[in-house]
Amino acid sequence: MANIVEVRNLKVEAVTDAGRVVTIIDDVSFDIADGEIVALIGESGSGKTTIALTLMGYARPGCRISGGSVKLGAHDMAGLGESECARVRGIEVAYIPQSAAAAFNPAHTIMDQVIEVVRIHRLMPLRDARAKAIELFKALALPHPETIGERYPHQVSGGQLQRLAAAMALIGDPKLIIFDEPTTALDVTTQIEVLRAFKSVMQGKKIAGVYVSHDLAVVAQMADRIIVLKGGTIQEAGATEQIIKRPGHPYTQALINAVEPALFAGVNAKEEAAKPPLMEVSNLYAGYGGFLDKGLPRLLAVKHVDLRVPAGHNLGIIGESGCGKSTLARAIAGLLPAVTGNILLEGKALAPYARHRSREQLRQIQIVFQSADTALNPSKSVSEILERPLLFYHGMTRRDRAKRVGELLDMVKLPRGLGNRRPSELSGGQKQRVNFARALAADPKLILCDEITSALDTVVAAAVIDLLKELQRELGLSYIFISHDLSTVRAICNDVAVMYAGEKVEQTSPDKIGQAGGHPYSRLLFDSVPKLDQGWLDSLKQDEALIEAYAVR
Amino acid sequence: MTTDTVSPGRRVSYRFNKIGLMSLCIILAWALVAFLAPLLAPYPVGKIVNFEFYAPMSAKFWMGTDYLGRDMLSRVLMGARYTVGISLVAVALACFMGVALGMMAAVLGGWIDTVLSRLMDALISIPSKLFGLVVVAGLGSSIPVLILTLAVIYTPGSYRFARALAVNINAMDYVVVARARGEGLGYLVRSEILPNITGPVLADFGLRFVFIVLLLSGLSFLGLGVQPPFADWGALVRENLGGLSLGAPAVVFPSLAIATLTISVNLLIDNLPRKIRDQGA
Repeated sequence: MANIVEVRNLKVEAVTDAGRVVTIIDDVSFDIADGEIVALIGESGSGKTTIALTLMGYARPGCRISGGSVKLGAHDMAGLGESECARVRGIEVAYIPQSAAAAFNPAHTIMDQVIEVVRIHRLMPLRDARAKAIELFKALALPHPETIGERYPHQVSGGQLQRLAAAMALIGDPKLIIFDEPTTALDVTTQIEVLRAFKSVMQGKKIAGVYVSHDLAVVAQMADRIIVLKGGTIQEAGATEQIIKRPGHPYTQALINAVEPALFAGVNAKEEAAKPPLMEVSNLYAGYGGFLDKGLPRLLAVKHVDLRVPAGHNLGIIGESGCGKSTLARAIAGLLPAVTGNILLEGKALAPYARHRSREQLRQIQIVFQSADTALNPSKSVSEILERPLLFYHGMTRRDRAKRVGELLDMVKLPRGLGNRRPSELSGGQKQRVNFARALAADPKLILCDEITSALDTVVAAAVIDLLKELQRELGLSYIFISHDLSTVRAICNDVAVMYAGEKVEQTSPDKIGQAGGHPYSRLLFDSVPKLDQGWLDSLKQDEALIEAYAVR
Repeated sequence: MTTDTVSPGRRVSYRFNKIGLMSLCIILAWALVAFLAPLLAPYPVGKIVNFEFYAPMSAKFWMGTDYLGRDMLSRVLMGARYTVGISLVAVALACFMGVALGMMAAVLGGWIDTVLSRLMDALISIPSKLFGLVVVAGLGSSIPVLILTLAVIYTPGSYRFARALAVNINAMDYVVVARARGEGLGYLVRSEILPNITGPVLADFGLRFVFIVLLLSGLSFLGLGVQPPFADWGALVRENLGGLSLGAPAVVFPSLAIATLTISVNLLIDNLPRKIRDQGA
């Protein structure tokens, strides 16, 4: 088999804001054979997307391909000028972005955008192009292939849009397709269908591909070979089978370990039930928009939810986007007032609005958000951020505050010297630790964790989870841990509640979730989480009726 | 923990670039002149010192004389005091009210936001020159009336600008966290929102200052601004308009003064040091 891509000693440089030149890709070489799918895997900042983009002769603003060659068929993409690259893009190499929603122009129909490549390169008459697009829609298992092209991007679901982006890439019959985290933004039940569609088209047309992802389990389904990257250099490269079964590099091993963390060592459920609950939520309704006649909000996001969290225990809340899990957290924190229902903290009712609760009540429940980038005020230093709750709740003197900030930084395992830095000078994992330390500063009894590991790389997220468990042992905290990621929730929670369309459909212990006898939606959710096993996707059999009932595709 | 990498901190300084520095110097020079005008002026401002009116530039009268034979240099220097002083007080008032109300509306939301915003919309719908004309015609022209009128005219713009910025910041998780902590309006506005919008608000301050200088000059040119025997730059242009056909320099210098000040402020805003510009950008 001939190689379609030959990358030799690739080097990419970037200019920082301070004007310093840093090498972000250093001496990377690899080949892609005809019809082969190669995965580039690594954490954020590992250079996986940068490498993939060089295959199109593109470097992001501020970056420059400074050395080596990128042979794609007969062209050296590293040496081509912009207009020459433009002639190659779309027909020799095509790109599927992470967010199809951002890649489609909302003002044009889908068909116009899918066949744009044909128009630009004058490949065939437009009538033929439309017919070909419809063929592709069929191949990608899109519903109503004849008419879906007439719709606008907002009229189809996220999973469909991602497949339509694939049709856009395939229409010019490229020899190589670059997948840039195409399923990362999708729910797991949607992801399966998209992956299947991608796989069948790629195999059917024998196109080579580059699959960029941070998710080993997804990559295991798609790729023939895996290249593990870290800090812009190749750590390990090998066949998928070898990488996931017999990883040679310790970093690869760490990635694999992070995919399926150990289950939380559950405490006896009966013993737990006997304890007085720390937090009890009953018959909670919450939503957005103005009120309708019956006193319910226009959009009801949480319906009839009961929860019970015993002191010192963790409750996981899991569900897909739009299931109301974050709204539930906001209602408990008093940010979005519950319409009806009771929220009891240690047996005492809490007011629906945060501003009607006492400072002591507010102190006991703290909330930590997903994105540490927006959760920390960029104009304050870390110690200023941590000192505020100390002053606000505990009225500490300046000296006490400084001492306590040091202790808090120790607790979340950050060096004390970090106190003078601003959030922009911290890494993602460090920011999330500061974010968590701010919640700890209040000395709370319950911490609401809203997707706190979702924006982090797997290895960093695993470390944060370990930290959470350790702090719980020391401080006797309770967590309500909200996530869309089943394996993370199972790693830290005594109890898992599954939410669907605003309602809690099931609550069981982490080891029982998805087992026979549970709620059908929980089973679907459990089955849909990719496993670190090459044959998983092909052998997966799901109940069509279940998918029909619950999955948004 | 080992995989956490520290991003190198961006060290940006407060240093101005050349154009920024130059315009800052011009602005500071005018401010100094406004402050020290009586000491710098070579002749008493209202006194006729030459029999020749519209005299050309000479060693004795650097900027020539005006339509009555008064020294132009002294009048331009004293004019700076009125133009810069009135504009500065007015812009400070306008921005203070606008930014404070704008942040308040963004944080509190609900009916307070609606009432304030519609009130500002009503105010902004009145043409600024017309508004100035009516108020000055009704109340008579005095410096406090001028300052207040100018401030009221430019408050809605500043309000809208600050509110739009504050609404964005208000949606940030750190503000939500502060709310969940139980913080009050004062803390949210002062400590969470204001530090993150200072850069754009400062730029807006400068821009609005320019607008006010131009409006004040316009009003004075129409005879509604600073009243004789005192004169700001706009009034000086008007007084000496007749000299234009005689080739007198008297009309050129106040115009130049207005131009240098407004252009410098604009250039300064465009060339602010990165550190200031990036605050909340």
